[in-house]
Amino acid sequence: MPQFANIAVSILFDGLAYAMFLFITAVGLSVTMGLMGFVNLAHGAFAMAGGFIVVSLTRSYGIDFIPSLIIASVTIGLVSVRFEKRLYRRLYKSTDLEQVLLTIGLAFMAIAAFTYFYGPIPKSVPLPHWLEGDVNLGFRRFPTYRAFLIGLGTVLIAILWFVFEKTNIGAKIRAAVDNRRMAESVGINVDRLFTLTFAVGSGLAALGGGLAIQLFGLTPSFAVLYLVLFLIVVAVGGLGSLKGTLLAALVIGIIDTGGKYAFPVAGNLFIYAITALVLLIKPTGFYGRE
Amino acid sequence: MRLLPLLGAATLAIAMGGTAQAENVKIGVVLPFSGANADLGHQMDKAFDLYIKLHAKDIAPHTVTLIKRDEGPPTGAQAKTVATELITNDKVNLLAGFSFSPSAIALAPVVTQAKVPMVISNAGTAWITNLSPYIVRLSFSMWHPAFPMGAYAYNKVGCKTAAVAYTDFPPGKDSVEAFKTGFEKAGGKVTLSIPMGSPVQVPDFTPFLQRVKDAHPDCLYGFIPSGAHATGLMKAYGELGLRKAGIKLIGPMDLIPDNKLQDMGDAAIGTIVMGHYAVDLDNPQNKAFNAEWHKAYGADSYPDFMSAQAWDTMHAIFDAIKKLNGKMSDGAKVVEAMKGWSADGPRGHVMIDPATRDIVQDEHAMEVYRKPDGKLGERVLDTTKAVKDECKVLKIGRCGS
Repeated sequence: MPQFANIAVSILFDGLAYAMFLFITAVGLSVTMGLMGFVNLAHGAFAMAGGFIVVSLTRSYGIDFIPSLIIASVTIGLVSVRFEKRLYRRLYKSTDLEQVLLTIGLAFMAIAAFTYFYGPIPKSVPLPHWLEGDVNLGFRRFPTYRAFLIGLGTVLIAILWFVFEKTNIGAKIRAAVDNRRMAESVGINVDRLFTLTFAVGSGLAALGGGLAIQLFGLTPSFAVLYLVLFLIVVAVGGLGSLKGTLLAALVIGIIDTGGKYAFPVAGNLFIYAITALVLLIKPTGFYGRE
Repeated sequence: MRLLPLLGAATLAIAMGGTAQAENVKIGVVLPFSGANADLGHQMDKAFDLYIKLHAKDIAPHTVTLIKRDEGPPTGAQAKTVATELITNDKVNLLAGFSFSPSAIALAPVVTQAKVPMVISNAGTAWITNLSPYIVRLSFSMWHPAFPMGAYAYNKVGCKTAAVAYTDFPPGKDSVEAFKTGFEKAGGKVTLSIPMGSPVQVPDFTPFLQRVKDAHPDCLYGFIPSGAHATGLMKAYGELGLRKAGIKLIGPMDLIPDNKLQDMGDAAIGTIVMGHYAVDLDNPQNKAFNAEWHKAYGADSYPDFMSAQAWDTMHAIFDAIKKLNGKMSDGAKVVEAMKGWSADGPRGHVMIDPATRDIVQDEHAMEVYRKPDGKLGERVLDTTKAVKDECKVLKIGRCGS
């Protein structure tokens, strides 16, 4: 394969894998923000907690990586409902500032708590053999784990798309994002809908946290370190939009990877440049409501 | 008139009391206790505490009080604020710690003005010691491992060409400059140089290492601060299959901190680093140090090169307290007492060069391998004795001023 094409494939592949991680982790944040206008800065903390559950299950209990991922996301999904009912619900009518203070406080408490129990040293997980090494996709070899990430992301996108576009519950969510009062007046229980999406979103975040361990190593500060990226994806994509979040994750994942590959000196410039550009042209993001 | 002898007696009593009185030495400790690099702070803090616990009796009747403050992120701003407070409010006799070069660089003018010694137990940018006569460094200069690595990589590892990839801040540039100088002197050629962003960004190195893979040099010389980024770099190196592609990973010991090595897995095996410490280093002080560490912090907790540096830092401070009999208020005298200090520590024999106030220590080329017990370890391939900071010896750039 000519050198240029080879490089383009590398960038596309790594960028896609990165985009899938961003999408899986950030999509819940986007939908809950779109649905309730609630600023949940503890979203990264749910992802981090999910990651540590995976660490504990695989290393202390000897459970395989994939079942651990599932257990972690279900657990965090259920736990997040408690948080939603006990804490978040009180602040739905409050100002953004109060919501931000509550949730960022939760994030810092989570970091402190997990540092206390797990320590600040990056953790890793044992992978099943079929996820190690690289895989031949016909024309060249790719790292297996990243190929798995892309595959898993694609399946999740298909499922979410189906639920959002083709089912009754998806229609209700879209209606509530578009116009909450109207949706309530036609009898949609938006609160219950929100609890459901919040749980699913947090569960997906936990899955993202678990998947991130093999990519970057996991530390408690994951909760805040990656939050900026998730918020950028949500802002660029538009609040509450599945399509927008996907598009934003792809654009940011691929352009960031390509930018760093071709112009490493520029560092993080590309992420911020895209964000600024998109928000200048379309302040509500790709698919946000005007 | 009857008062006079009384007054005389009182003065005498106070003076005598002064000589016998136990001094309390206040040490301001500035280390990162929060954020992504909190573990670096803990690695050094544990060594400080351990040394004091085991050696408090050595300086009796004098005592030390540590006042610990958070160094914050590797930008220097927070470190400068808290250290200035330690000097002006808490009136500390000296400052110790400093994980990051930007902290030490930002603080240099402050300690010069305040005449308070700053004893560095990590920050490794070569020219830091030139910034103030009150700086004493017990850790290393980036040139300590990186410069000898250049010749070693060319002659022994078989690197004819190398890519360098580094965190884009002073110690990263320093480390790469030192490696390049040594490597090109020996006959090697650096074919690709990649700055990998700031030390505070997310530890994803995929695009950078993919580029290295496509350029296909014999070796990759990497520098990252030894926190979460070390694990991130090793993950990307393993994931992208660089070793399989025939690109050897070399660098300073920051690549494989002892406390993170076990979690790095097979990707780390075969990595060759130059450094002054590993838990596997074979000397009696290190064996005792490791035994005490495990006793205090558990079998799964490991010291690393920063812990060894911090141990020696406290050792040097204690020896200065002994030498000055607890009179630590004159900063210049404290620095004077530390010049030429030498001792055997976990790293082996170390000395403070009186001319530069920087450390002189042995450098070892070490390779990561799987030990018979299944854990990862480092074996020494080669040792260079009593290495000075070559940057100041050769007077390169800011090291010459």
